Amino acid sequence: MPEFKDGTIKSIAGPLVIAKGLAGCRMYEVVRVGEESLMGETIRLDGEEAYIQVYEDTSGLKPGAPVMRTGEPLSVELGPGIMKNFYDGIQRPLLDIKKQAGDYITRGIVAPGLDPQRKWDFTPVAAVGAQLEEGDVLGTVPETQVITHKIMVPPGMRGKLLEIKPGAFTVDETVAVLEHDGKRINMTMKQKWPVRINRPNKRKLDPSVPLLTGQRIYDTFFPMAKGGTAALPGGFGTGKTVSQHQVARWADAQVVVYVGCGERGNEMTEVLETFPEIDDPKTGYKLMERSTLIANTSNMPVAAREASIYTGVTIAEYYRDMGYDVAIMADSTSRWAEALREISGRLEEMPGEEGYPAYLATRIASFYERAGRVVTLGSDERFGSVSIIGAVSPPGGDLSEPVAQNTLRVVSAFWALDSTLADRRHFPAINWLRSYSLYLDFTRAWYDENATAAFRQFRTRTMIILQEESELSEIVQLIGPDALPERERLTLEIARMVREDYLQQHAFHKEDTFCPLEKQLKMLATIMTFEELALRALEKGAGIEAISKLPVRDEISRMKYITNASFKEEHAALETRMQEQFKALGDA
Amino acid sequence: MNADIKTREYRTVKEVAGPLMVIEGVEGVAYGEVVRIRTGSGEERTGQVLESREGLSIVQVFEGTAGIDTRDTTVRFTGDTMKLAVSKDMVGRFFDGLGRPIDDGPEIISDVRLDINGASINPAARAFPDEFIQTGISTIDGMNTLVRGQKLPIFSGAGMTHNELAAQIARQAKVLSSTEPFSVVFAAMGITSEEANFFMRDFERTGAMEQIVAFINLADDPAIERIITPRMALTTAEYLAFECDMHVLVILTDMTNYCEALREIAAAREEVPGRRGYPGYMYTDLASSYERAGRIRGRKGSITQMPILSMPDDDITHPIPDLTGYITEGQFVLSRDLHRRGIYPPVDVLPSLSRLMNQGIGPKRTREDHSGVSDQCYAAYAEGRDVRNLVAVVGEEALTERDRRFLKFADAFEKEFVIQGRDENRSIEETLDLGWRLLTILSEGELKRIDAEHIKKYHPNYKK
Repeated sequence: MPEFKDGTIKSIAGPLVIAKGLAGCRMYEVVRVGEESLMGETIRLDGEEAYIQVYEDTSGLKPGAPVMRTGEPLSVELGPGIMKNFYDGIQRPLLDIKKQAGDYITRGIVAPGLDPQRKWDFTPVAAVGAQLEEGDVLGTVPETQVITHKIMVPPGMRGKLLEIKPGAFTVDETVAVLEHDGKRINMTMKQKWPVRINRPNKRKLDPSVPLLTGQRIYDTFFPMAKGGTAALPGGFGTGKTVSQHQVARWADAQVVVYVGCGERGNEMTEVLETFPEIDDPKTGYKLMERSTLIANTSNMPVAAREASIYTGVTIAEYYRDMGYDVAIMADSTSRWAEALREISGRLEEMPGEEGYPAYLATRIASFYERAGRVVTLGSDERFGSVSIIGAVSPPGGDLSEPVAQNTLRVVSAFWALDSTLADRRHFPAINWLRSYSLYLDFTRAWYDENATAAFRQFRTRTMIILQEESELSEIVQLIGPDALPERERLTLEIARMVREDYLQQHAFHKEDTFCPLEKQLKMLATIMTFEELALRALEKGAGIEAISKLPVRDEISRMKYITNASFKEEHAALETRMQEQFKALGDA
Repeated sequence: MNADIKTREYRTVKEVAGPLMVIEGVEGVAYGEVVRIRTGSGEERTGQVLESREGLSIVQVFEGTAGIDTRDTTVRFTGDTMKLAVSKDMVGRFFDGLGRPIDDGPEIISDVRLDINGASINPAARAFPDEFIQTGISTIDGMNTLVRGQKLPIFSGAGMTHNELAAQIARQAKVLSSTEPFSVVFAAMGITSEEANFFMRDFERTGAMEQIVAFINLADDPAIERIITPRMALTTAEYLAFECDMHVLVILTDMTNYCEALREIAAAREEVPGRRGYPGYMYTDLASSYERAGRIRGRKGSITQMPILSMPDDDITHPIPDLTGYITEGQFVLSRDLHRRGIYPPVDVLPSLSRLMNQGIGPKRTREDHSGVSDQCYAAYAEGRDVRNLVAVVGEEALTERDRRFLKFADAFEKEFVIQGRDENRSIEETLDLGWRLLTILSEGELKRIDAEHIKKYHPNYKK
C-alpha cells in the first residue's frame, strides 16, 4: 500500500467540501473528512485541490480539519449476508446503525456491509486441481431459506485451485487458494466492487422472456422482459409507490433489490415492516428471504442518495452473476437526478435544462444500460438477468421535464401513470393509450407458447375497443350517449368492462392483488365472449339496455375476486351461465 | 478544542448584501455555527454560517441586515450549532420565530438543549403509522383518513378557509385521545396578525390553550427568521413526543412563506436557480422538515404534521405544493369552486389523498366497510361530477337514468357529506352511515367496490 498524503479542509458549503493538499487523489476516490471521519467521495480535482461530496451532514466541520485518503473508489461488499438485510445508500446496515447510534442516524458511523463475525456454511463445488476462470463457482452457501449463494472467482482472476475446504467461515476467512503465475491467491467469500463500474459478463441476450408480475395491465398489455428496463412516471398521488411495491412483491424474479431513493421515511418503514411478513407464493417462505432493501430517505444526506442507485444496481449485478433473475426497483430516479443537480449546483457547473447538469442524459442512460439478460462469466455459461424498474416523479406530473424525457429515451417499457385515472381511483392508474412496451415483439414467441396465440388476439382486440372508446367519448361529450347507435353503445359498454373489471386491480385485496397469467387469459376471454354474444344478440334485435342488465354482467365484475384455487371451476360455471342468459335473451 | 476560538469576536465585516454578510480574517469557523452580531448601535442579532472558507465566512442574519455596518459591527462566533433549550414547561407558552418568549413568561431553563436541525430517524427505527385519528370531519375521516404519525398538508389558496379547518382539526382530533397526553405545536411563518389572532382566539375559546406551544413569526417579522421557525417547532415536538410520551400535532402555516425566504437566501448567494427561481435543494430542505413526523418503535409519543400552504394562483403544479406533495403522505386540497358555493369545509375529495389511509382503517380500527364505502363514494362522486360537466353541454334531458342518479349523488354528496358545521363533530360511524344513506341513490348493482357481505350488512335496504 502506498502512503497517502492527507490534506486539509479549505471550505465547506452544504454537502460539498473543498480540500487542499491532496496531490495524487483520484476521481471518485473515497476520503474521510474531518475529525469525525465523515465519508466522502472526490467528484472534481483542481491541482492539489479536491472537491468532495460528503455522505453525512457537514455541520460543525471547520476549515483546516484533516482529510484522509483511502485510495479506493466507492465500493460495496459482495458476499453472503446481503439478502434479508436493509442498508442505507452507502451499504451500511440500518440495524447496525441503530445498534450504534439509537433511533436517529448520527454521523461518523462505520458499519461494514457484510457482518464480519457471522459464520457461513461453505460447501465446495470446484475440485482441487481444476483450472478456474473468472466467474467460476468455487462453492455454495445457503444464504437464506431460498437463496443459495454462489461463491465465485472474482472478475479478473483465474488460476489452478490448490486448496478448498468445507466448513463454517466468516466472509474474511480464506476458503480456497488459487495459483496463478506461480503466485498463491487466497480466496474469501467476500468481493469488493466499485459501484460506478459495471460488473462484466460474457454477452448480452435478447430480452425474450417476460417478467411476469401478476398485474393484469402489465402482463397482458405492456409486458416487461427479464433483463428489460421500464419507467414508471407519474405525478404525486398517482400510485407510483404502490405500483412499485406490487411489482416487487409479485414479479417472478428470484432476487429483488428495492432502492428507496429520496423517498418518504414512513413508506420505507412500511417496506421494512411488510416485506418480512409477505408470504412468497413461489417459495412458500417470506418474500424478504430473497430481497434486499436500500433506504435512503429524503432527509438523509443527499450525496448518499446519489450513491444509493449504484449500490443497488451493483448488488443486483452480483446476484445476476450467480445465475439469478434479479429485479431492481428504483423509487425514485427523479430524486437521484435532483441529488445530481444539487451537487452540480454547489460545484457551480454550467447548468443544462432546468438546472440539471449537462451530463444528466448520459448518467441516466448508463444506469439503465446496466440492465440486461446475460450469459455470465464462468465456464458453465449461466444465464442471469437484471431488470430495472425506475419510478420517475416529474414536477407537476409534466412529462416534458428533463428526467422523464431522458429516461423515456432509454427504457423500452413505459408505464404512464395518469392523475385523472388516479383521481377516479382507477388503480393501477396506468394510461393504456399512452403506455407502450417494446417487449411485446420480443416476447411474442414466449406468449404464443405459454399463453396461446388467442391471448395475443384478445390483447389486440381489447386495445382497439379502448381506442374506439376514447374516440367515441369525445362524441358523447357533444351529443350525449343516447344519440349513439346501439353497436357503438355496446363498444362503450365493453370498454367499461375492460377498464373496470379487468384493468382495475385492487392491490390491497387478498385475491386480486396477484393474478396469474392463466386467470388473466380466462378473464379476458370471458369479456371477449361477452362481446361476441352481445353483438349476436344485438343483431337479433335485443336492446343494449337489456344486455347490460344481464345478471352475468355483475358476475363478470366480481370475477377478479374469485380465489385462484377455485377460479377454474367457478369460471367455467360463469361461462355456462353467460351462454344461458344470452340464449334466454334471444328467446325472449 | 481551543476555547478561545469558540468565543472569538471579529470586527471584520467586509460585505453586507440582502440577508447575508461576509466576515473576513476569521479562523476555525464551523459550517452551520451560530453567530451573535452586535450592530454599531448596540442591537443584538443572530445569524448562522452558510459557508465557511479559510479566513472567510458567509453568514445569514435572521433578523435582517438593516443597521449592520462594515466598521462598528462586531460578530461573535459561538462555536455551537443552532440549539433550542426544551422542556415540558414550554407547553402553554408563546415564542417568537427564533424561540424567545413573547408572552411575558419566564425564559425556558433546561439542561436539554437540542440541535434544531434534528437528525434523520433511522427508517429501521420507525414504527409504521396505523392508528386512526378521528377528526370529526367526514371528508377527512371517511374519505382521506388521517393516522397518527402522518404528515398531511392542506393545499389551499388565498382567501379560503384553511385556518378554520386546521383549527377545527386541532380542536376535534384531541377528543378521541383524551386519555393520552396531547399537545399542539403551532408554528406561524409570515402570517398576518389577524390570522394569528384567529388561531389564538380559537384555542382560547375551546380551552386548548394549555396544550399549545406556539412559535410566531408574523408577516412584518424578519423574513429570514422563517427558515428557523419550523425547525424550532419540530425540535420542540420531537422532545414532547419522543421524550415526554405525548401525541403531538404540529401545524405549520404558511409553508409558502417559508419557501419564499429560502428563495431569498438562494438569490442573495447567487446560486443556480431551479424551477421558478427556487433553489435546487428545496426538495431536500422541505424533506428535512416534513420527515420529522412519525412514530418510533418503543416510544409512546407521535408527531403528526399538518403543514398549510397557499398555492400561488391555486396552481397545484407550482413548485411549493408539488415538492410538498412528493414528500408528504397525501394532501387535502381545498377547492375554490366549493368555497364559492358556500361549502365548508371546501375539501375537494377528488384530488385529496391520504396515503396511509388503508393501514388506518378497517375492522378493529374503524369499521370493516370503511374502505368499500369510501371507494364507492369516491368513484360515484367522480362520475357524478363528469355527468355534471356533460349536462353543461347536452342538457339534463339527454341523460340516461343511470347518469341522472350519479348526478343526484354528486349533488347530495356535496350538500350533505362535505358540508358540515364548524363545531360539528361527526363520529366515524355517523360518517359511514351518512355515506350509506347517500349510496342508496344509486342502484345496488352499481355498488361494485363494496364487498357483497358488507352490502347485506350495512345497506339501508337490508336494515330493519
